[in-house]
Formats: sequence, structure tokens, C-alpha cells
Amino acid sequence: MRLLTHNMLSSNIKGVTNGFPLRIEAVKVEEKTVEMNTDFLKNMFVKIDWKVLVEASRTLGYAELPEEGDSSFLESDEFLSRFHHALLELHLEEGALICPETGRRFPVTKGIPNMLLHEDEV
Amino acid sequence: MASHKQLPRTAQIRLVSSHEEVYEPCDDSFALVDALLADRTNLLEHRPKLCMEIGCGSGYVITSLALTLGQEGCVSNYIATDINPHAVKVTSETLKAHGVDAELIVTDIASGLEKRLAGLVDVMVVNPPYVPTPEDEVGAEGITSSWAGGENGRTVIDRILPAADHLLSEKGWLYMVTLTANNPSEICLQMRNKGYASKIIIQRSTEEESLHVIKFWRDFDTEVDDTADQSASGFISYLLAQIPLFSSWRGSNSNN
Ligand SMILES: C[S@@+](CC[C@H](N)C(=O)[O-])C[C@H]1O[C@@H](n2cnc3c(N)ncnc32)[C@H](O)[C@@H]1O
Repeated sequence: MRLLTHNMLSSNIKGVTNGFPLRIEAVKVEEKTVEMNTDFLKNMFVKIDWKVLVEASRTLGYAELPEEGDSSFLESDEFLSRFHHALLELHLEEGALICPETGRRFPVTKGIPNMLLHEDEV
Repeated sequence: MASHKQLPRTAQIRLVSSHEEVYEPCDDSFALVDALLADRTNLLEHRPKLCMEIGCGSGYVITSLALTLGQEGCVSNYIATDINPHAVKVTSETLKAHGVDAELIVTDIASGLEKRLAGLVDVMVVNPPYVPTPEDEVGAEGITSSWAGGENGRTVIDRILPAADHLLSEKGWLYMVTLTANNPSEICLQMRNKGYASKIIIQRSTEEESLHVIKFWRDFDTEVDDTADQSASGFISYLLAQIPLFSSWRGSNSNN
């Protein structure tokens, strides 16, 4: 699971109002190089919750993102490559995503989060 | 334009992973991929940045989409979901075997993504469970949920359509497989009320079923109901015209 996905996922349990962001419990993290798409990054920058990305990338052991994100940074290649790395190259392979409101754990196995709910949670 | 002709790449069946509880690529899967190939030039011009599949099964479709777009240098991101954990695992193996990747999530349709992914998906592909079945088979464990569609095969489809509408970007396109029994013209009408135009990309009859792959896109002209009446009713009658043909075809196979 990439941090892009983490930034897009919320707890889906019935009745939960503040299901975002899911807290990350990291057991195994991997890095995989992928081609950079500047357009995509610029596009996503406005959709991404920056603080959540900074925090999540730290949890996965990457602390190179500036605390505050500003769209003027998008002119910098250095910034773009860090943003790219955090968003698309860091993978949570094993661990869990935790609902911030209820503490419910959604397991992540082999890089795949399982968001299926039990009957009493739907 | 046609100077750099190259055969489009799709997933190779021998590299598609499998599991006894996961839907194997079948006529409907092939029809969906053929529809994407038929619309390939448009897709490449569309330059989707985010593509999504709901109900990825073996991964045959999302892998083919990633290969086809990637081959022409279109760098996109892919997200796929399935309610069956085995299917998602098989999809990850299929993607890997072809050297492409996608973000995978085990979830019901797009549950958990509604809030933050809204309006971001440029291309969505769906081969839903569309077979008419008793309602209690829908979402059952294992392989049954890969085809069981409840009344008129519409139970899951009718939950996917609003999710798709919510997730698609302004320029978003949806490609979906339907069966004649699903009442595709009614689906198109329902989508038209949400502001979508539609078009059949592929129609195909197999031994058991007649399939359509329909493409939907936001058409800002159809949003105002009155002005769009003509084109839509033209389309509906076109669609309806296909149905007797299919049912007679099906009738001829009723002995097996
Ligand atoms: C007809 S199969 C298509 C599989 C694959 N996309 C293909 O074309 O070969 C339908 C898939 O949808 C999945 N599915 C059924 N209900 C679902 C739901 N509520 N949410 C997500 N996926 C679902 C099934 O597990 C199955 O893999």
C-alpha cells in the first residue's frame, strides 16, 4: 500500500464521523522505484492532505518532507522528487491501519489493506 | 497518425494467476478488454491519471489496461478493489507477472474511499456480478459473489453506479459490462439523469448470455433533461432494437 492510498482511505465503520486519517502501524516497509509523473504530482498536490502525508511518511521512516506544503514548491525538482518518493515509492507491506475514532484495526498483509467490515459495523 | 502502429499489449492468459475461489477471465472479461482496446485511441488522448477497477477478480482487466496505456507512454496510477480477499491476492500476482502495478484494496465496492477519492478517477472499469440470482446469493462467500447479481442481476450494479458517479472526475469515463437481463437501457436512462451520456462499445452473444460493454461519460448537455431528450431516446430505441435479437438467439440454446 502506497501513501497515496493511505491519504485516500478513511475508516468506513458505521457511525464513525472522523475516520480520517487512519493511524499507521508499520511492521514491514518497502521502497519500489517508479517513474515520476510531474503532472500527476501537481494535480494531486491540491488533493493530498499534506500534514497526513508528512506524518505517514515519517511513520514509514522517511523524514525528508517539509512540514508545510506550499504549491510554490512544485517548481522545485528536489521537492517534486521527495513528494514523489513519499507518495508513490514507499509501501506499507505488513502492518495495520487503525480507525482514529474506534481503534478498530484494518490489517495490511502483503501490501493489501483489508477494509471489510463485520456485520455489526456496516 | 497511424505511422507507429504496434499491437496493443494485454494480459497474457498464461501469466494470469488463479485460485479456485476467484473468477477466471471469461467472455465478459474479454469483452471488457476488447472494448478498452476498441476505445484505445480515445483513452490515450484522454490521458487518465487515475484509473480504477471495482471487482478486479483475477486482475486480467486492470493488468490489460495498465499494459495498453503504459505501452504508449501514458503514465497513470491504478487502483483496484474486490470484496473477495483471494481475488485481490490473485490480482497482485497477475500484475506482478506482467511487470505493472496497482494499488489494491479488499473492500465492498469502494467503501473507505468515498470521502477522499471523490472526483479523482478518470477511468473506471467494471465487470460486475450481473447474473440474475436469488437475493441471498449476492455477496455470499467465495466464488458465488463473483457472478450473483440478485434480482435482474442489478443488486450490485445499482450500488456501483452511484459510487462511480461519486468517484469519477469531471472528465471521468466508466466502462461497464451488462447483460440484457440487467435492462441496460434503464441503466443508461438512470445514468442520464445523473448527467451521463452513454454508448455501447461492444455487444456480443455467447452461448449463455448476450453482453454489452457500455461507456458512460459526463455530458454537460444532457444534464438539462429537456434538451437532451432526442439523442437519448434515439439511443434507447437503438438499444431496445437489439434485445429481441438477443432473446431469440438465447432461445435457440435453451436445450442446454
Ligand atoms: C464477473 S467478476 C469479474 C472479475 C474480473 N474483473 C474479470 O473481468 O474477469 C466480478 C468480480 O466482482 C467482485 N465483487 C462482487 N461483489 C463485489 C462488491 N460488492 N465489491 C467489490 N467487488 C465485488 C467479485 O468478487 C468478482 O471478482
